[in-house]
Amino acid sequence: MFAEQLINGITLGSIYAIVALGYTLVFGVLDIINMAHGEIFMFGAFIGMVIVTKMNAPLAAAFAGAVLVTAALGYLLERVALRPLRGRTGVSHLAPLISTIGVSILLENLAHHIFGAGNQLFETPFAEIRFTIGSTTVYLVQVVILAVSVVLMGGLSLWLARTRSGKGLRATAESLETAELLGVDTKRIITATVVIASAMGGIAGVLVGMAFNYINNQIGLSMGLKGLAIIIFGGMGSVAGAMAGGLILGLSETFVVAYGSSGYRDAIAFLTIIVVLLLRPQGLFGRAAPEARR
Amino acid sequence: MLEVRGLETAYGSIRAIKGIDLAVPEGRIVCIIGANGAGKTTLLKTISGLLRPAAGTVTFLGEDITALSPAQLVRRGIVLVPEGRAILSRMTVLENLEMGAYQRRDGRVREDIEATMERFPVLKERRNLAGGSLSGGEQQMLAIGRALLAKPNLLLLDEPSLGLAPLIVSRVFRIIREINREGMTVLLVEQNVRQALKVSDYAYVLETGKIVHEGPSPELLDDPKIKESYLGGRRP
Ligand SMILES: Nc1ncnc2c1ncn2[C@@H]1O[C@H](COP(=O)(O)OP(=O)(O)OP(=O)(O)O)[C@@H](O)[C@H]1O
Ligand SMILES: [Mg+2]
Repeated sequence: MFAEQLINGITLGSIYAIVALGYTLVFGVLDIINMAHGEIFMFGAFIGMVIVTKMNAPLAAAFAGAVLVTAALGYLLERVALRPLRGRTGVSHLAPLISTIGVSILLENLAHHIFGAGNQLFETPFAEIRFTIGSTTVYLVQVVILAVSVVLMGGLSLWLARTRSGKGLRATAESLETAELLGVDTKRIITATVVIASAMGGIAGVLVGMAFNYINNQIGLSMGLKGLAIIIFGGMGSVAGAMAGGLILGLSETFVVAYGSSGYRDAIAFLTIIVVLLLRPQGLFGRAAPEARR
Repeated sequence: MLEVRGLETAYGSIRAIKGIDLAVPEGRIVCIIGANGAGKTTLLKTISGLLRPAAGTVTFLGEDITALSPAQLVRRGIVLVPEGRAILSRMTVLENLEMGAYQRRDGRVREDIEATMERFPVLKERRNLAGGSLSGGEQQMLAIGRALLAKPNLLLLDEPSLGLAPLIVSRVFRIIREINREGMTVLLVEQNVRQALKVSDYAYVLETGKIVHEGPSPELLDDPKIKESYLGGRRP
């Protein structure tokens, strides 16, 4: 029982972590919260659903389709809603936030029209396959979710730590002006960041479909709020914080439901976050003073 | 090598520089001196592409570079070490140096980073520490070392001695002379007027956005007017 809950918690937590990474990456380079991220995530889930449920295609195709569509949405978001507002005198610093809220409403309505309302079945081809080790049952779906998440998080961390473009992204996140003076094409880095963050949201969407077997056009909102809570909890702009925060939220939610009451699921999870923030206002991995933000 | 003609830059309605003409010949050290708020930083930011001028042109090696972005200028060999050094404080010393070579595609980056760390041994010792943990003097070494890793033809330095202890200041000026001897052209902005005039070949004096005086540095060093207003002579 405990081991199963642990696996459930880690599975859910790694999905949360991937959603939160999307927020944190964009916040890192642009200093804004991308309010459309939840809806981009939801689009990924719907595209995945159409591919596996309606078209009976393999899961890999669902990932590919979700990544393509959400990456394109991310590109459009940056070019249409964010870039035109950047570096202009007289534009309020809240403008990009409002603009992403606009995009999120648009995407939610669009999803309603294209995919309809209500719960939709997400049929993972191997949903019933499971293994029993001792008294613990593990579903293949969970193994796949974990594997995809680990590869994604590990790949992202390595990319940021080791590669030229990853370092360019970190430099841009720390100071746009300094990065430009060093020869970084910051426009390209920013576009790439929004695209990568959105594609990660798309992958998370498919993972949520796999984990819950159904999706609807409200999941963007609820997942979006959790992602936001996680990055505040983990430290705004912190990659490690998004990962740790996601896992902690997933685990605490799972155990609250398992050993407490499902009615308190969200309440307890958010209570944990509030307590941590009271003790450590900058978040788990946040920097105490906003010295690098100008 | 660098020619600036009629350059004007404004922040909204504030005209920070008002029609500046200057030239930096190849292989020389040219300095710009001026009081706080004279427009020195604005001038360097405009040359390096961070600010767009309202009027005027900048030519480099015969090419008009006025409208280019900082990244394009780095590619053409113009690198600015900004005021306050702009160390990436969350990245390590080594990563800061690697970022200096961001635009380079040749295979010699590793060797050049090694050579930079030989030149500034303190950077080698601290290579895996965060840039933000270095002292002001160490950060200035890192900023200059990082800029040189881009292999520029022209180095722009904005007040490299700012906020440093006297001993470190002499060290910084020694380094500037050294890299110039190795062939680097330098445009130096300074408020440490005496040292700047000693190290440079030619100097411009900037006051409220305009060049009010210019000449070979040794001459300015002996000029009674410069002595009075910039070299700690009698103040009005
Ligand atoms: N971002 C800005 N917005 C508005 N005005 C500015 C801005 N930056 C500089 N200024 C103004 O432009 C003028 C020139 O400033 P600049 O920073 O170029 O001077 P400086 O010679 O570099 O001074 P310092 O020696 O203090 O570095 C000053 O009057 C300053 O107040
Ligand atoms: Mg200045």
